[in-house]
Amino acid sequence: MSAAGAAPQQPEASSRAAHFRYVLRLGDTSLVLGQRLGEWVGHAPALEEDLGLANLALDLIGQARLFLTYAGELEGRGRDEDALAFLRDAPEFTNLTLAEQPNGDFGHTVVRQWLIDCWQLEIYEALLASTDARLAAIAAKALKETRYHHRFSSGWLMRLGDGTDESHARVQRSLDSLWRFTSELFAPDDVDERMRAAGIAPALAEPSSRWSSRVDEDLAAATLVRPAAAPYPWHGRRGVHTEHLSHMLSEMQHLQRTYPGARW
Amino acid sequence: MYTQALDTHGKEPLPAGAGSSAALAQRFQERIDVEEKIEPKSWMPDAYRQTLIRQISQHAHSEIVGMLPEGNWITRAPTLRRKAVLIAKVQDEGGHGMYLYSAAETLGIARAEMIEQLLSGAARYSSIFNYPTLTWADVGAIGWLVDGAAIMNQIPICRCSYGPYARAMVRICKEESFHQRQGFEIMLTLAQGSAAQRAMAQDALQRWWWPSIMMFGPSDADSKHTAQSMRWKIKRFSNDELRQKFIDITVPQAQFLGLTIPDPALRWDEAAQHYLIGPIDWNEFHAVLAGHGPCNHERLEARRAAHEAGRWVREAAAAHAAKERSRQPQAA
Amino acid sequence: MSSDWPLFEVFIRSRSGLEHKHVGSVHAADARMAIEHARDVYTRRQEGVSLWVVRSADIVASDPEEADALFEPARDKVYRHPTFYAIPEEVKNL
Repeated sequence: MSAAGAAPQQPEASSRAAHFRYVLRLGDTSLVLGQRLGEWVGHAPALEEDLGLANLALDLIGQARLFLTYAGELEGRGRDEDALAFLRDAPEFTNLTLAEQPNGDFGHTVVRQWLIDCWQLEIYEALLASTDARLAAIAAKALKETRYHHRFSSGWLMRLGDGTDESHARVQRSLDSLWRFTSELFAPDDVDERMRAAGIAPALAEPSSRWSSRVDEDLAAATLVRPAAAPYPWHGRRGVHTEHLSHMLSEMQHLQRTYPGARW
Repeated sequence: MYTQALDTHGKEPLPAGAGSSAALAQRFQERIDVEEKIEPKSWMPDAYRQTLIRQISQHAHSEIVGMLPEGNWITRAPTLRRKAVLIAKVQDEGGHGMYLYSAAETLGIARAEMIEQLLSGAARYSSIFNYPTLTWADVGAIGWLVDGAAIMNQIPICRCSYGPYARAMVRICKEESFHQRQGFEIMLTLAQGSAAQRAMAQDALQRWWWPSIMMFGPSDADSKHTAQSMRWKIKRFSNDELRQKFIDITVPQAQFLGLTIPDPALRWDEAAQHYLIGPIDWNEFHAVLAGHGPCNHERLEARRAAHEAGRWVREAAAAHAAKERSRQPQAA
Repeated sequence: MSSDWPLFEVFIRSRSGLEHKHVGSVHAADARMAIEHARDVYTRRQEGVSLWVVRSADIVASDPEEADALFEPARDKVYRHPTFYAIPEEVKNL
């Protein structure tokens, strides 16, 4: 992590470190979003929605376990999925900033979910062609799940956007407030660049434009207005987070931190 | 899970035949006697219908309220595997609630009406969920003891005379088999863990043992509906029979875990071939049932809050569906 | 505006080659949601490969009062069943 000032790394070692970080980022986004959805279970607007949100959470936690286990192997320091999930502090988490935003009302959760679903659809789709066969296999499994997630979230976006005056106003407000975090979705950094050069990750220009058209299409169906571009550069994927993440982690990691070394 | 003390709090049902033609009632009882299932549109005595509506809806409410105590630990589950298992389990309880509401709706009552009865405090649910989950071990204890007791109660209902209820129960029992095992696995891991973890497990057993024993409802002598419900084959075993069965299988499991059951009077009776327990504190049972348990307030408030906070969402979906219908060209 | 969603009956094809079978019901505001709810409520354990949902209000059922009139007349038509016919044992392939 301490890139500046450190001795230049061997190219092979640093590319492996980038590989680790790339997979870790995917896992962290799934984990943090899954954890947020877990907060809903038992409190949804209808019983059927309790089950629906729980299904999304289960898929995302399942993805996180696959990504984090793989990331731990790439890192080679013996950290398994739980060491990565429960024993890192917020600055070491590399999820999208959007994923850690609090649930808000159901509409707010739907907007957050839908924006990330649209992002995951493009990323997972592109990763099918990765030279990393294991990553491609995880993406293939996750893509099927994400197609359902998008069906769920875009359906709700439409019902709420084109529902009552109140629901329209609420969900437009959520969109306006969450939109700023989308600036991070397709902004490549050196990790992305290295992975692209190695054929492990895709170039982001095409996924980005496909994301944009899908978003426009869904917004039109929902009679919602796309907010103006968001200038602030968020860097959750590099460990710079909003205030919300550390609160979430202090809750999530409570038992592992209180009883170090215990088996559960 | 989670039937308990069901059908103990309503009015005494009328004997079959009262208020309807005696011939119909006799024919109905004959069908039941030969183990024929009663289906939604079949003729049935009103008291049978009302008893079932009350019991099935209480059972459904119990599943839904039952999501809350364990849901309390979803965000704090100690490993990702445990987190996934717990979400799946709590989700199953929601699913079971829905199978049961769906079965009750075949008797002519709408789910919205049943939910209204729950939220207004008019309907009962299993009082076990009015106890708090204070540590992670409580998640294990609920799976092991509460689900264990529930399964004991529920397996006979798979043969209930009312078809939709019996079918829902078959599905529920099948799905529930993992619930108890995952709970026992949590307890076993804690019992074999550090001193702090063992203490956590013992504390949980301490708090959940007696409430679990009470889940079988009042003793037979005080249970006014048992006889009629048995004639109607809604119920197959008495509360005390089921309770004894639960005690007999659970005590050795606690011994295997190396945990102590909080009952100084507990002993094996060689002649009876049963474990005999000390006296049950029925005052506590009735107090919790009457709304004075440690979490009655929180549980109902949580359900009400979800219902209220979700209203605009449900309205929006209904409004959107109406718009879609009006946009479609009308078929001839 | 009523926020009560209508009831849909759910039918599942458990695997290719089998017919759809009734399993229960869900509430949903629209057909798309009904499919999603049926999926989430009734197929959490790979119970199916295909779903039907139909609004409960659209189902027409026979009246139990008429059961005798509808179904009893079939009872004495035993000649519709192969066992009705006595065929000598030595005759094969019938």
